[in-house]
Amino acid sequence: MKKILSIVLACLMVFGMVACTTGGNTGSNSNGKVKIGFIFLHDENSTYDLNFINAAKEACEKLGVEYVLKTNIPEGQECYEAACELADAGCNVVFADSFGHEDYLIEAAKEYKNVEFCHATGTKAHTENLPNYHNAFASIYEGRYLAGIAAGMKLNEMIANGEITEDQAKIGYIGAYTYAEVISGYTSFFLGARSECPSATMEVTFTGSWYDETAEKEGAMKLINNGCVLISQHADSMGAPTACENAGVPDVSYNGSTESVAPNTFIVSSRINWVPYFELIIKAAQNGEKIPTDYSGTIQTGSVVLTELGKIAPAEGTQARMDEVKAELLAGTRKVFDTTTFTVNGETVTSYMADVDTDAEYQGDHEVITNSAFNESAEGFRSAPYFDLRIDGITLLDESY
Amino acid sequence: MKKSKSEPLFHITKRDVMPWYKTWGIRAAAIVAALIVCGIITTITTGLNPFSVYASFVQGAFGSGRKVWITFQNMSILLIISLALTPAFKMRFWNIGGEGQVLVGALATAACMILLGDKIPNVLLILVMTVAALGAGAIWGLIPALFKAKWNTNETLSTLMMNYIATQIVAFFTVVWEVPKGSFTVGIINQATNAGWLPQLFGSKYLLPIVIALAVTAAMYVYLKYSKHGYEIAVVGESEKTAKYVGMKTGKIIIRTMILSGALCGLAGFLLVGGINHTITTTINSGQGFTAVMVSWLAKFNPITMIFTSFLIIFLERGAGEISTNFGLNQSFADILTGIILFFIIGCEFFISYRIVFRKKKETTSEK
Repeated sequence: MKKILSIVLACLMVFGMVACTTGGNTGSNSNGKVKIGFIFLHDENSTYDLNFINAAKEACEKLGVEYVLKTNIPEGQECYEAACELADAGCNVVFADSFGHEDYLIEAAKEYKNVEFCHATGTKAHTENLPNYHNAFASIYEGRYLAGIAAGMKLNEMIANGEITEDQAKIGYIGAYTYAEVISGYTSFFLGARSECPSATMEVTFTGSWYDETAEKEGAMKLINNGCVLISQHADSMGAPTACENAGVPDVSYNGSTESVAPNTFIVSSRINWVPYFELIIKAAQNGEKIPTDYSGTIQTGSVVLTELGKIAPAEGTQARMDEVKAELLAGTRKVFDTTTFTVNGETVTSYMADVDTDAEYQGDHEVITNSAFNESAEGFRSAPYFDLRIDGITLLDESY
Repeated sequence: MKKSKSEPLFHITKRDVMPWYKTWGIRAAAIVAALIVCGIITTITTGLNPFSVYASFVQGAFGSGRKVWITFQNMSILLIISLALTPAFKMRFWNIGGEGQVLVGALATAACMILLGDKIPNVLLILVMTVAALGAGAIWGLIPALFKAKWNTNETLSTLMMNYIATQIVAFFTVVWEVPKGSFTVGIINQATNAGWLPQLFGSKYLLPIVIALAVTAAMYVYLKYSKHGYEIAVVGESEKTAKYVGMKTGKIIIRTMILSGALCGLAGFLLVGGINHTITTTINSGQGFTAVMVSWLAKFNPITMIFTSFLIIFLERGAGEISTNFGLNQSFADILTGIILFFIIGCEFFISYRIVFRKKKETTSEK
């Protein structure tokens, strides 16, 4: 019987060695073809990762390049190892999609100098001085602002129908963490809504996780019980849309349409379209061009998009109004973080030092307010959001994360 | 006979009498059966050739030089935690708190790296980290042991609950140390200076935990089999009353053993933070404190056998990841396969223990 065991083990070893050599052969990718590897925090059950996965497949298939998708890679050494495995397997470009992947991707970038490493939502490329390490994000705050327009119009409709009074126009928002990316997101959404419905207020709750279906569902229930009449989210599960559908409360989601789970309550969803960026990095690898250190996609580049409106929930004329505002944003006549449209502790903000260069003391290092607007994700700063002002009208229910 | 019926745990002790080659034979048969079932399910649900899926499993664990190293590195951490739990289990002290003991060890290591990094020489720092990690783990093991020894509280519950306390403490410090603010991410500690990072052994960053794991395995084998302590643990495990009757201080043995168990878990936490991840998160141990329970049980608390059982678990885990990458399947599918294989393996353990009961029955009747 021990023989059987040792034979089994020996077989495993031999198998391993065979696999080893074949793996090595495919690994040497010297024929000039581009191969790109992707690292995802979760899998397609997460709306956030699904958005990246779809874009990765679309861009790679369009440009006809070989690609490898690695899902469920935690934000730890596993990310470094996944990145190295992809580089070993002959990838010229390695991309990771989650904030906590950044440090590990940097470690891999230091080791594999001739492989390009690109990271979404990260903050360190502009201070790390690694030629093969890059950050990318998009001006999603503009998308959220437009989604906020749709939300504001829904609130107005509810007021006009006598369902709620003006004072009851309270929005609920489920955020993941209390950091700039989320703050920038919910503030822009709120400013969009309030530009349509001036009496709007908002309550925000945090789940402490990017993907926690139960917590997001419970968060939505809590907000609804608190009297919120419209819900939005910056967390990646179907928890909140499902809770809204069950309670019959209109919902503005994120990362993509959630109409399939919430046909009666879905209004609209903003999302980042990563195809333009993926195409850019693949083409750069093909032509030996430089990838920008910080890439910030915009409405113009097609990186910031809104889904189709829901069939039932949206207010009359929402699409037309959103298109109007979008045109104003494109023309520069309207700015999302226009400092005349909000106050902090009752006062207009005229100067703010944002923490653009990440450090352990969270020290502000860049003046970001010019021409009475907060310059979010702007040229010369970094691509990831750094708007973290707590503006009036928004109440944070908990800040433990 | 009556006694064994009311106290089923005693069956498991008796199982050691069964010839080892028979148990291994049953296990091998279980693996083969599991592979057949997995193959059928794979073909029905995905239409893939099960053999290419199995090949992928192997490739995930051994597909390249780096993969082999990672497999052995992961295996070594799981092995250390399993070894840590073993003396407690052997004593019939159900230490389900490995997860928490590893976490506090990891937290202590991270705290030293963050607070003392670049303030004291690296050698000294690593020494402090080691002491802190082992100490923290030991304390986390000691607390439930004290309650058990003094008031005979249920250690399964208390060690389990200590896990949640540890997780929350780590969550608290994650918020204290997070960069940037609000991100709930500590990030790599001392990334620029590498202060407190464990040294590479012979130029390999993967070797150190493996060497330590092997050393711990050997030490644990000797400790349990040849030392007086090991003998005492076995006696307490067989029967606490017997131990008391022959004059052993069971309370002292329980406390001493749990300090050892916790400290070794702390060692695993130390390696996870100082040697591998260089960060601290609530999920840094990814549930290995619980997986180790299975590893230790499957190996019948034998440190040498544990090398194989921990290998099996890590092999399945690494393979599962590779399957989802290679075939574009959801990770859940690979997890289903892993689940089936583990179900068969654990299921056959029950089968083995049942047979022992049957055998003992005969013996007792013949004696009468």
